[in-house]
Amino acid sequence: MNNDKENKVKFAFLLDLESAYKTLLRNKIRSFLTILGIIIGVGSVIATISIGQGASKAIQNSINSLGSNMLIVLPGSSSLGGIKSGFGVLPTLTLNDTYAIRKLPAVKTDSGNLGMNQQVVWRGNNWSTLVVGANSTFTEIRDWPVAKGTFFTHQQVVSAANVAVIGNTAATELFGLINPIGHIVIIHNVPFTVIGLLSVKGFNAFGQDQDDTVVIPITTMLEKIAGTTWVHAIAVSAKTSKDTSLAQSEITALLRQRHHIPLHKPDDFFVRNLTELAATANSSANTFTILLASIAAVSLLVGGIGIMNIMLVSVTERTKEIGIRMAIGAKKSDILKQFLIESSVLSLFGGILGIGLGFGISSAISAFSPLKTIVTTEPIIISLVFSLCVGIFFGFYPAYKASRMNPVEALRYE
Amino acid sequence: MANGYDIRDNVPLIKLENIGMVYKIGDIAYEVLKGINLTIENGEFVSIMGASGSGKSTLMNILGCLDKPTSGSYFLEGKDVAGLTSDELAEIRNKKIGFVFQGFNLIQRLSIIENVMLPLYYSGLHSKDSEEMAVEALKLVDLSEKGNKFPNQISGGEQQRVAIARAIVNNAPIIMADEPTGNLDSVRGADVMNFFGKINAERGATIILVTHDRHIAGYGRRLVTVKDGMIISSETINI
Repeated sequence: MNNDKENKVKFAFLLDLESAYKTLLRNKIRSFLTILGIIIGVGSVIATISIGQGASKAIQNSINSLGSNMLIVLPGSSSLGGIKSGFGVLPTLTLNDTYAIRKLPAVKTDSGNLGMNQQVVWRGNNWSTLVVGANSTFTEIRDWPVAKGTFFTHQQVVSAANVAVIGNTAATELFGLINPIGHIVIIHNVPFTVIGLLSVKGFNAFGQDQDDTVVIPITTMLEKIAGTTWVHAIAVSAKTSKDTSLAQSEITALLRQRHHIPLHKPDDFFVRNLTELAATANSSANTFTILLASIAAVSLLVGGIGIMNIMLVSVTERTKEIGIRMAIGAKKSDILKQFLIESSVLSLFGGILGIGLGFGISSAISAFSPLKTIVTTEPIIISLVFSLCVGIFFGFYPAYKASRMNPVEALRYE
Repeated sequence: MANGYDIRDNVPLIKLENIGMVYKIGDIAYEVLKGINLTIENGEFVSIMGASGSGKSTLMNILGCLDKPTSGSYFLEGKDVAGLTSDELAEIRNKKIGFVFQGFNLIQRLSIIENVMLPLYYSGLHSKDSEEMAVEALKLVDLSEKGNKFPNQISGGEQQRVAIARAIVNNAPIIMADEPTGNLDSVRGADVMNFFGKINAERGATIILVTHDRHIAGYGRRLVTVKDGMIISSETINI
């Protein structure tokens, strides 16, 4: 008996939904225009959040792609006669600094680094690419293994061997489909044997193709190509992510000592903690996402007002119907329910279409820009619930107005 | 009143005592009904006749529990309904009263059968039963074939018969008809009036007919004449 009653209630609700659905379908264009605000609102909320999440994922990836628990030591800026130049101008870091840093307790390993754009030649082909001098620890620090062949060893670094490991893009440009390993390329008139092909790394946060590179031993780079003893940077990998700050202070102390800097003088180098950088970049991406999403949420609100407007018109138009329903025995709550269900169905439908729109925008962005957007379930559920709430909230006043009508006056309405 | 069922047989279906209705428009008060006393027994077919402006429509609104009088008492089956809330009145309209209006007042968006089922929907019936009841009611007005059509697909006379089916579907003891033939030609009007007679005779429903047309009023068994907000005569119609 109880069960039977429950079934009836369930059935009644479906009937209400069906009737609301039918009513809205009778005026397709108006219903569509009414929910356009909601569609755009929900669509833009979903799209902006997917862009934000894609961006922060990209930032995280690119920071991770630089290597885990990374610190970068750069030469300091010069300050001559009050004119300050940027970082990296002073030649202060040497390869020996690299080997000293490697022995610090909080440091796992490090690699000296000197990059230059050079023309690389193989037979009739040539390609301008970033030639990077590095230590044998490069693969470990950058978390970037070789796909084919081998990376150069510490021995080859010490002996300044003429070997090169080539990135995927550079390999494609020079060799096409030919396996580059074993071939000899010419860089700055020096022949190098290609011994390895790096795995694909992709773009970094600034849109640079990281695979467009050739890696050679740092010693070979310094002696045979750059003709200097100064490195551009030292990439350091701390033992754990918690050790990055400790490693930073250890490196600072060590380099001040090695460079004989008196207490009252500033550092002639700069240690940049990439983990902190990642956190900062992430939080600014989040702030931006929240800002965009709240602007989008305003359009949801405007969409809600649109629903209220049309529901008020609809209530007035259907005054006679309300009168008939009341004469037949509809209570206030029945009329209220009828119009509330209508506005809820309307806005929920808008929400669903909006989710489709959001998906569309975010996949279009993924397809036509380097940014890979990410749609998660959270914003979908939130915007569905929110649009339902908008429907109930903005539908309430018109529904309430309908339910308070005087049946005699409503019946007289033409 | 304590044991309503015992005395139900003894009390009239409808008893109006000194009903008054005053409308206020701005500072001016219009006294539309002035001390109406009327008793209607179960199973009667009463025609309320009057010119427009006589107050007969207001009287019907009060009888149909659509409006509340400003003074006096209205006993429906012995129960005073003058002081009820609008939701309680809605329930009475749903269970006790079926309406047939001059303008048919069907909901255009709903099919014929859905229109007829509507009172059952508001009484909480949604099962197969309600559809069966609606089909039964449509059969009574000879429209069982047209259930799936929409109001604008059938003639005015048929629409009014649908309205009758809707009024009787809940087995309401009272059917109120307000100028039911006003929008129909005389042939279709007579047709509709015959259905009221049939419902009165076969189902024992009490029919209250409001009209300004003496000929239509003649379908009833009792003629109540209203003028200037007062009942001036109540007489049995002899056939």
